[in-house]
Amino acid sequence: MSAPVKSQNPLTLKERVKLPRQHMPEQMAELRVLNFGEVNLGYSAELAQMEARRCLECAKHTCMDHCPVGVKVRDFVRLIVAGDFTGAATVIREDNVLPAVTGRVCPQEDHCEAGCVLHRRGESLGIGYLERFVADYELRMGTYHATKAVPTGMKVAIVGSGPSGLSAAGDLVQRGHKVHVFEALHELGGVLVYGIPEFRLPKHIIRQQIDYMRAMGVEFEADVVVGRTITIDEMIEEEGYDAVFVATGAGLPLFMNIPGEHLNGVYSANEFLTRINLMHAYEFPKYDQPIVDLRGKDVAVIGGGNTALDAIRSARRLGARKAYVIYRRSEAEMPGRAEEVKHARQEGIEFQLLTSPVEFLSDEKGGLRAARCVRMELGEPDASGRRRPVPIPGSEFELPLSVAVLAIGTSANPVVQSTTPGLQIDKRGYIAADSVTQRTSQKGVFAGGDIVTGSATVILAMGAGRRAAKSIHEYLVTGNW
Amino acid sequence: MFPILQAEFLAPGIKRFVIAAPRISRKQQPGQFVILRLHEHGERIPLTIESSDPRRGTISIVVQSVGKTTHLLNSLDAGDAILNVVGPLGKPSAIKKFGTVVVVGGGVGAAMAYPTAVALKQAGNRVISIIGARNKGLVILERELLQVSDALTITTDDGSYGRKGLVIDQLRDLIANGMHIDLVLAVGPIPMMKAVADITRGPHISTVVSLNPIMIDGTGMCGGCRVLVDGKSRFACVDGPEFDAQMVDFGVLQQRNAMYRSAEQTSMAEFQRNPMSQIESVRHAEDTACATEGDLR
Repeated sequence: MSAPVKSQNPLTLKERVKLPRQHMPEQMAELRVLNFGEVNLGYSAELAQMEARRCLECAKHTCMDHCPVGVKVRDFVRLIVAGDFTGAATVIREDNVLPAVTGRVCPQEDHCEAGCVLHRRGESLGIGYLERFVADYELRMGTYHATKAVPTGMKVAIVGSGPSGLSAAGDLVQRGHKVHVFEALHELGGVLVYGIPEFRLPKHIIRQQIDYMRAMGVEFEADVVVGRTITIDEMIEEEGYDAVFVATGAGLPLFMNIPGEHLNGVYSANEFLTRINLMHAYEFPKYDQPIVDLRGKDVAVIGGGNTALDAIRSARRLGARKAYVIYRRSEAEMPGRAEEVKHARQEGIEFQLLTSPVEFLSDEKGGLRAARCVRMELGEPDASGRRRPVPIPGSEFELPLSVAVLAIGTSANPVVQSTTPGLQIDKRGYIAADSVTQRTSQKGVFAGGDIVTGSATVILAMGAGRRAAKSIHEYLVTGNW
Repeated sequence: MFPILQAEFLAPGIKRFVIAAPRISRKQQPGQFVILRLHEHGERIPLTIESSDPRRGTISIVVQSVGKTTHLLNSLDAGDAILNVVGPLGKPSAIKKFGTVVVVGGGVGAAMAYPTAVALKQAGNRVISIIGARNKGLVILERELLQVSDALTITTDDGSYGRKGLVIDQLRDLIANGMHIDLVLAVGPIPMMKAVADITRGPHISTVVSLNPIMIDGTGMCGGCRVLVDGKSRFACVDGPEFDAQMVDFGVLQQRNAMYRSAEQTSMAEFQRNPMSQIESVRHAEDTACATEGDLR
């Protein structure tokens, strides 16, 4: 662990409070809708240090307490003020193996920045922006040096190379365990690669972060669908793994079960985004996998989360004329990050709030022509605590559309559960695991991330990965289950 | 990388590959498939596994040249390698003693049906096989199917070999002649599978078809392979690929499979403009991949 970091901030607390939050430089909306380049361009060193000086360096670090992986925010921000950016990266890495990823996609406003004292007085410290600056500095300067721990002789298999699996892999390899990560797809990174578009998280960033993990000693094997290519029981009995961490992520996309969902032009968000992100359909025919031609077409996404926003902003970049978000509740209930909603509006995305499709209508060739929608009003709160949307009678209308993308969530992927008899599942089909130790019902098998909780965020999945790593380490050292 | 150990044309445009894939070979069961990708810009395509040899650590697939990817694949030979092969995917065929089973394979569907026919025979069924092709030169797996069938009928559209006509003509005659059939397995082009379902509906003969919709990840993540079965969206990759033929909406399947036709034509035209350079780039994929691995170490 790093030594305590002393403050070198030249400003008084009063001066710090008066400073405005530094804006993130970004690609102009008019230009960025024509490309898949990154929207946020990152702080310069000057901007980063200006922003870092706003930190009040509170004795009670509520920012860190609000971080699912426990990044020592105050310490790394102090190092930015001091100009020691490499030192700042080292501090972050003690708790987070993917800082360039979380610096871009973590909903900081719900975590560290919600815990920031400045938040109560105005705008919180730009912790996410600072984390990204430090991580990018490290990537750009090549200052990262892997250190290898003394081998323990223990072998851990990790199922899935998404944020939860990578986070666990980083912690376990640093404790000297041999770590082997299995990935079903041909490319490593899980949802970071197939789900999040290039304009929010460039692929080369993920590749570099994974190369760092290779340098730490983590082994990766792509093209293995655990449950099909090899089962969990075979990993333990035949391949000699001492523990397994299951982090297979979110599963099968949900459909609405309304008429017309099978029409050509109706996609799940997972398929739409996988074609674009993993398969590079936006570079067709240089890449072989196509997507429907969206140029001049009207496109809508159904749903209000980050996946929905990623899908519709991708559609805009593929040339959509009209691009709608259709969401059944109001903007206040939208689960998408505030920054993504802002960016979407700048890019000309139209929000059809308090609206839901009831039927997809066909043209003469079996393609989508329009969605018949109904307006909603908010009634009593439902089980989630959010006010339940209720259809307004007689409010139906037709919205002309060529493509509709459903981003209404996922259900559990059954492949691992159905081939591992010892694993208990919950009533929704997800793997039952302890919320602190991530232990499952089967000895030596741990699980975490979306396959336990259902769809959540990158950082919550990483938090589960860290808890699992801690718990796996204890199990390997003590042998106690 | 997955090295190709053997490659031979079974008929013009139809090639069988034996690929080193030890993990897949140990787990493969009849009815399952792999998804493969040929090069860094390649698409992912599903292909049924024809057979596997766990001792040698190999699987075999039979590929018909249709679009760019299959043309490119069929230009590879022993000594080349395939960038990504993942599997075995999908639910295995249900194998038990049904009694009399008619296995219908249209075109390259004969190769898809073959592993299931073998397993059905081993389970003690009477296996009646019907395979069809446009002409004599395109008939495949005759010898192999003969070994596991109590009777084998070959049909050709032009009558150049076996019975002149379609596989469904022979099936219709078997039923008309009063043969007791406990199960029909049909694999082939969509119109053929639909016609089989139409024929067996009246006499209430259990009929299973193996569907081949457009697919990307093959693990249940994307939902691209959804098919309408009994009015519900099902995923061919995790719920299938085999379904009760009477419940399948073949019209929707046909329409969804045609979704990217113009893009497929664009891809094919691009490929045909300069096929050799693309074939060479795939051939050399193994060398460059090795170099990258080395750099990382």
